[in-house]
Amino acid sequence: MNRGPIARILLYLFFIGLIAVPFILTHRSSRSAMTGSQIDRQDALRRYGFYLMEDSAQAGVRFTHQAPVLDAQLAGIMPEVASMGASVSIVDYNHDGWPDFYVTNSRQGTKNALFRNNRDGTFTDVAPQLGIADVNRPGTGVSMGAVWGDYDNDGYPDLFLVKWGKPMLFHNEHGQGFSDVSEQAGLPAWMNANTALWFDYDGDGKLDLFVGGYYNEDIDLWHLKTTKIMPESFEYAQNGGRKYLFHNLGNGKFEEVSAKLGIKSRRWALACGAADLTGDGHPDLFIANDYGVSELYVNDGRRFREVGKDVGVGFSPKSGMNVAFGDIFNQNNYAIYVSNISEAGVLIQGNNLWVPQEGEAGTRLHYTNMANSLGVELGGWSFGAQFGDLNNDGNLDLFLTNGYISADRNRSYWYDFAKVTAGNSTIIQDARNWPAFDGRSLSGYQQKRVWINDGAGQFEDVAHNVGVTDTHDGRAVAVGDLWNNGALDVIVANQNGPLLIYKNHVNPEEKWIEFHLEGTKSNRDAIGAEVTLYWDGKKQIQQVAAGTGFSAQNDLRVHFGLGKAPQIEKAVIRWPSGIAQILDHLAPDQLYEVKEAR
Amino acid sequence: MSQPVVIAAQNASQTPQWKKWLSLDNRYVPPVFITLILLAGQLSFGILESYERTLLAICTSIAAELILGRIFVGKWLNMASAYITGISVGILVRSPDFWPYAVAAALAITSKYVIRYKGHHLFNPSNFGISLVLFLLPASAAMLSIQWGNNMASMVVIWVLGSVIIWRLRRFHISFTYVISFLVLAIVRSWIIHEPWLSEVSPITGPEYQLFIFFMITDPKTTVRSKKGQCIVVFFVALLEMFFRFDQSVYAELYALFWVGPLAMLIEMWLDSRRDKSRSIETPILATTPGSSQQTLP
Repeated sequence: MNRGPIARILLYLFFIGLIAVPFILTHRSSRSAMTGSQIDRQDALRRYGFYLMEDSAQAGVRFTHQAPVLDAQLAGIMPEVASMGASVSIVDYNHDGWPDFYVTNSRQGTKNALFRNNRDGTFTDVAPQLGIADVNRPGTGVSMGAVWGDYDNDGYPDLFLVKWGKPMLFHNEHGQGFSDVSEQAGLPAWMNANTALWFDYDGDGKLDLFVGGYYNEDIDLWHLKTTKIMPESFEYAQNGGRKYLFHNLGNGKFEEVSAKLGIKSRRWALACGAADLTGDGHPDLFIANDYGVSELYVNDGRRFREVGKDVGVGFSPKSGMNVAFGDIFNQNNYAIYVSNISEAGVLIQGNNLWVPQEGEAGTRLHYTNMANSLGVELGGWSFGAQFGDLNNDGNLDLFLTNGYISADRNRSYWYDFAKVTAGNSTIIQDARNWPAFDGRSLSGYQQKRVWINDGAGQFEDVAHNVGVTDTHDGRAVAVGDLWNNGALDVIVANQNGPLLIYKNHVNPEEKWIEFHLEGTKSNRDAIGAEVTLYWDGKKQIQQVAAGTGFSAQNDLRVHFGLGKAPQIEKAVIRWPSGIAQILDHLAPDQLYEVKEAR
Repeated sequence: MSQPVVIAAQNASQTPQWKKWLSLDNRYVPPVFITLILLAGQLSFGILESYERTLLAICTSIAAELILGRIFVGKWLNMASAYITGISVGILVRSPDFWPYAVAAALAITSKYVIRYKGHHLFNPSNFGISLVLFLLPASAAMLSIQWGNNMASMVVIWVLGSVIIWRLRRFHISFTYVISFLVLAIVRSWIIHEPWLSEVSPITGPEYQLFIFFMITDPKTTVRSKKGQCIVVFFVALLEMFFRFDQSVYAELYALFWVGPLAMLIEMWLDSRRDKSRSIETPILATTPGSSQQTLP
């Protein structure tokens, strides 16, 4: 240290500056958080073009989810092992043109609910009289989610119930009731699944069913033979449940073909989504896995091939809990949003926003994670998320739920969680080695995020400003125009918490257009159909999907925001059959019923 | 994870030329070892947040060492130490942003030139940089989360290779003492807080600890000189870590070394000065092992 005092002073100043950097940045982020304090609705309407009002009480919806209670050997870590089950799926079960919705409960003996839309802003639970409420009976397991698809093309969507237990398929009897057809369909006796979707993978006009297992299907979570049921690794676990692909044979029966077609994963699937990512006309399958990498199964119409690593989405393992597709740049392709875990000071996985690289398609598909640069990376312990144009400005926004286990506000389980998950597989996979929760929280009381898309590559969280302030443990979120007024409303299913309906109030100057598609040659629900809308020199693609997000299903009608005074050029529909249909002379603020041209 | 230990150099004239070409200078053993760990971990399990972030940490660390060494020592220093610091930051820090990697690496190297006493830096550089970033920036940075598959085989490879190398560098007793202390204190913790012993043992079976055991606590520049003293110091690291763990600190081992390491250095210096006074003999203070052929860092 042979330099004079000036050099030393400069050195000390540099050192102090380095230490000051974190302080300054932390201070800046806390200041920006403070600016997100609640403002009035008119101001929200003026600044963001919309606001959301939690409307469940006015809508007559009083539903509180109850978590499973599993084998007593898991009592110490029950909050963790029984941390899922709250789900919501929007469906027009009675084909009256008004969206209804179905929600699940997860404690043995509790009942699920189907809320029929009364067309006056209120909803009535009709599940008991229709026969789809009492589905969590002891010995049959409990509900984890539900997906709706018209598998027999009779015009009424049928219900597949995702369970830890006996999976159930209910045939919709023309909106008047449901028949349990699980046995005839050939479903397995037991699975521990958390995700499923309907899609027509082979383009034969009949909906097939994919189901992703979480816990191994050999485990009866209420009667454990061993406590070694946990993942063998926090990031590389492959001891989860198997996957099922049920091919629709067309006579009310299904054939399980997953292994035959190349889907053999035993990762811990939590979410899945299907979309034609390669542009070859066949829906591909994206699976977000807990404790591991995501998987992308490319479908050539005959077989599935896992290409996650090749296309960039399957290398860095995280805790995938969501799959949502959205054309966020209006470039006629889908970005994929996968939620993960971020907890300050412990674990910063960050959510993934996989954006296809420009100019590449087909087998040269490649994705880049742009969550950080677009500002949608950090949510918390994130679960369900959905894209939707909440303010009808022509850009897809993003609604994200967060929060894992909310219990004692002052005591956290994170230390014990990090302690165990850091260790060897033999320690992790035995539930007996996990310290008891003892009433502690784990990433509890977290805020939802409502990220609005500015159309120029940035998302801004306006949750507080537009009225989303709850801190329940969010799981599933679904979007749909519940009031048929051209605004996307949001339903949030909270674990061990109330079901929330956020009614959307949009600036009426912001226009919209919606399409309800009905297949003729394609499956009748038109699941897998894509609509590309051209307006004001822009274009945006959306698809009809039966199962997306986390344990959720959006309204099958596709909704486009258009902005102010739009000039609509055309809409191009690509049906699953391959038929392309062009719609001209479209006017804004209209719902179009479109039947597939023969 | 700083300056690699240097053992007494052999007389060059007694070493055949071909042997000199084949044998690796001890200064470069730890950098090579940690590079192998990084490559194996990344290629097999994808442990890094990204190559770019790790490269940023390494480049920042080396640049800081070059500049500060040139200014304050007056020469270009050997980069082995800075490389290990940079690569450690690049492996252990997890952040979606780039800047925490640069800040942690710069803090680590700069601390060597700022926080000094009687000609010695007191903190293990990477421990200092990483601990400060984790403590001050909990919302932006965390520690290595990807656990190498929680796989015993990969850990065994690191243990075997690490032990051989640490043995060769004559620092095995430090790692061994720490591991034994940790395991015994895990029993104590388990008994006191009534939690499964295996859950208390669990952290030491993960990769983060292997870097801590083989690179941080064995750093010759920030450990005391005597073998017995080194063992006592790492025992106290494990002991303070236990109390941090009672307080549910996720990074207990890093914070324990952060406090115990410099304190031990200061105590040693104080004892040295007392001994010097009593003997009235002036003794040069060197942190490296006697017989070192290596350039003393500032």
